[in-house]
Amino acid sequence: MPLEIPKDKWPGSVRTVTLGAAAAEGGTRTKTVTIGGQTAMPYLHFEASPPHPPAVAVEIKSRPPEDWSPLLLEAWGELVNDPAAWAKKAEEIGADLIVLALTLADRPEEAVNVVQSVLRATGVPLIVWGPGQAEKDNELLVPVAEAAKGERLVLGICEDKNYRTIVAAAMANGHLVQARTPMDVNLSKQLNILISDMGMPKDRIIMDPTTGALGYGIEYGYSVMERLRLAALQGDAMTQSPMIVTPGFEAWKTKEAKVGSGVPEAWGDWKERSVNWETITAITLLESGADIVVLRYPESVARVKQAIQELMTA
Amino acid sequence: MALTGIQIYKLLPQTNCKECGFPTCLAFAMKLAAKQVELSACPYVSEESKKQLAESSAPPIRLVTLKGVDVEAKAGNEICLYRHEKTFYHKPGLFIRVRASDPDLAKKVAAADAYKVNYVGIELTIDGFAVVADSDLATAIQTIRSISKRPLILIGDPAALQAGLAACRGETPLLYAADASNADPMAELAKSHPAALAVKAESLEALADLTQRIQAKGVQDMVLDLDGNTLGEWLVRSTQVRRLALKNFRPLGYPVLAFPCDAKDEAIAAAQAIAKYAGFIVLNEFKPELLYPLLVLRENIYTDPQKPIQVQPGLYEINQPKPDSPVLVTTNFSITYFSVANEVEGSGLPAWLVVTDAEGMSVLTAWAAGKFDAERIAKAVKTFNVASKVTRKRLVIPGHVAVLSGELEAELPDWEIRVGPREAVDLPAFMKQALN
Ligand code: SF4
Repeated sequence: MPLEIPKDKWPGSVRTVTLGAAAAEGGTRTKTVTIGGQTAMPYLHFEASPPHPPAVAVEIKSRPPEDWSPLLLEAWGELVNDPAAWAKKAEEIGADLIVLALTLADRPEEAVNVVQSVLRATGVPLIVWGPGQAEKDNELLVPVAEAAKGERLVLGICEDKNYRTIVAAAMANGHLVQARTPMDVNLSKQLNILISDMGMPKDRIIMDPTTGALGYGIEYGYSVMERLRLAALQGDAMTQSPMIVTPGFEAWKTKEAKVGSGVPEAWGDWKERSVNWETITAITLLESGADIVVLRYPESVARVKQAIQELMTA
Repeated sequence: MALTGIQIYKLLPQTNCKECGFPTCLAFAMKLAAKQVELSACPYVSEESKKQLAESSAPPIRLVTLKGVDVEAKAGNEICLYRHEKTFYHKPGLFIRVRASDPDLAKKVAAADAYKVNYVGIELTIDGFAVVADSDLATAIQTIRSISKRPLILIGDPAALQAGLAACRGETPLLYAADASNADPMAELAKSHPAALAVKAESLEALADLTQRIQAKGVQDMVLDLDGNTLGEWLVRSTQVRRLALKNFRPLGYPVLAFPCDAKDEAIAAAQAIAKYAGFIVLNEFKPELLYPLLVLRENIYTDPQKPIQVQPGLYEINQPKPDSPVLVTTNFSITYFSVANEVEGSGLPAWLVVTDAEGMSVLTAWAAGKFDAERIAKAVKTFNVASKVTRKRLVIPGHVAVLSGELEAELPDWEIRVGPREAVDLPAFMKQALN
């Protein structure tokens, strides 16, 4: 019997956003990454295949991370002392993007140097995060934005209490911004409105709806993302930005991933559990609409990339 | 799909006799459509109408119950595509695949059957075993039944399954699988035992044809194997089946069976199956490091979005606190509470924990929503009479809400307000280093 499959026809679509600029566009990237453009819910090929695959970013730090799980430190080894070499390795193992997280200890000129050395060492687009303290973020991100003018970096992380300076620096120097709000559809919309009201072109905003890790509130992030994506498809312009989420950061701060001893035996092998924790968090968020997932562990990158390839073919 | 009031009206006697307590049959029909009355209130409905009404009110996805010995696994009765629309109801059963020929069968079953893991105070376990009939199935089932009471999925050809069924009388296993070549003998087996029957075909059209053919043989409880080769293919089919079922397309209105055990990456395929509509999931082997995250994901996705799991607000004692132990503050979102409580408990350090009523939200979400502010925290400290329990008035607030410390000092003038770490996992170190 022939089946008539019910299909949704949506009036709206996700905005197409390109990260990184090649020489011709005023940057130095050998690869750029385009995300977004979807006209259907995630990977529903029978309605419309996503025009671009989601991107996998690898998070590195400007200084050796102090609070990372020993498993992560072991996996990257000496590379954590050399951000440029670390970024290069991340690109080699398949990262589509690098996230460089600056720290409170960085001085502005150091931040500029490390950004430039990472740019020289890699060909993929770069996302730069401030250390997460408003004043320090602004102190570091403004000179970084100027020094890397034209590269189409993503600067982050804009939050409602601190976004103006970062947005202004991004606007003046041809960069994009990452706009983070704590797991709430309306807060996401509001911050998007505030940032576009400053004159930032909408195709240079990436939404970060925030998520919890598996076991720590992932269901909130999951449903907020599904609702944001449905709103985007219904035509709400302020929810149409592509979405970036940080499963690596979230998963690796859980006790399940961070701690190897003194935990219940029922949790199983530490390393496998940790990598599963990050990978499952990432895949679940991809299923609910993530366009960029930021990861930390090399093996997770390979597994998530393989999964994306499978999700893109049907 | 449920009938409209007008459609129901056409099935009623239309005599407006008022015995149902409503002035007209139409009024009664409207109430029926809104599910506010029972059909039995009308004494005059015909048998034929009753049958039609019962069919139309059946759930769009049939509830299939697998039974072991006093232990069940249920799937079906779902009513939405996205969990925020209402909720997902029946958590997909996780079944561990074992082989009848395995000399270590008893050992493997015992380990998996005994598995228990605690997550936010809930004890999670596997749901059953999928037994591959690669040697005598009856013997294997006897071995399993000497250890485990959990429901079974039996995988084999009709002859092997028939022999196996003799060893599980009184149970409802799931037989795998009927396809176009063996649908008749399989249906016969499922009907006579009775057991649930998995149905398999290369396309959804063929699958729908097959379930109708099997239903005509008298089998009601079916489960669908979608046979997708890649994550993308499986996701498309599973979504199509859920959509069709919710539109009341009966031939595909059954729970779905997933086999991440045969996928390239079992963890990823299983995670997709949990999020995207599987009813029963077969895993390759018993591995706690995979099972634990999957069980947690299942809890998370199947949490009712309208009522997040909450903890009773109050003053909690951890490791027998003394009057000079620190007072920690957190919200009543269960995951937040359990991460804080577990960390402090694990550290062995005594503390008082004030759980404030933040309407079941985590620290950041509650703060953003105005449900976790200085006023609420101060109110909790006063309501729970914390001052009467301690001699040293030290209040540690989560690092994420450091901005509240000024206001809190104003609200609680005789308290020392300290800003703790952002994450629970860093609490023990903070308590050791900063709180002395
Ligand atoms: S009792 Fe039945 S026949 Fe009489 S008014 Fe009610 S619905 Fe109509």
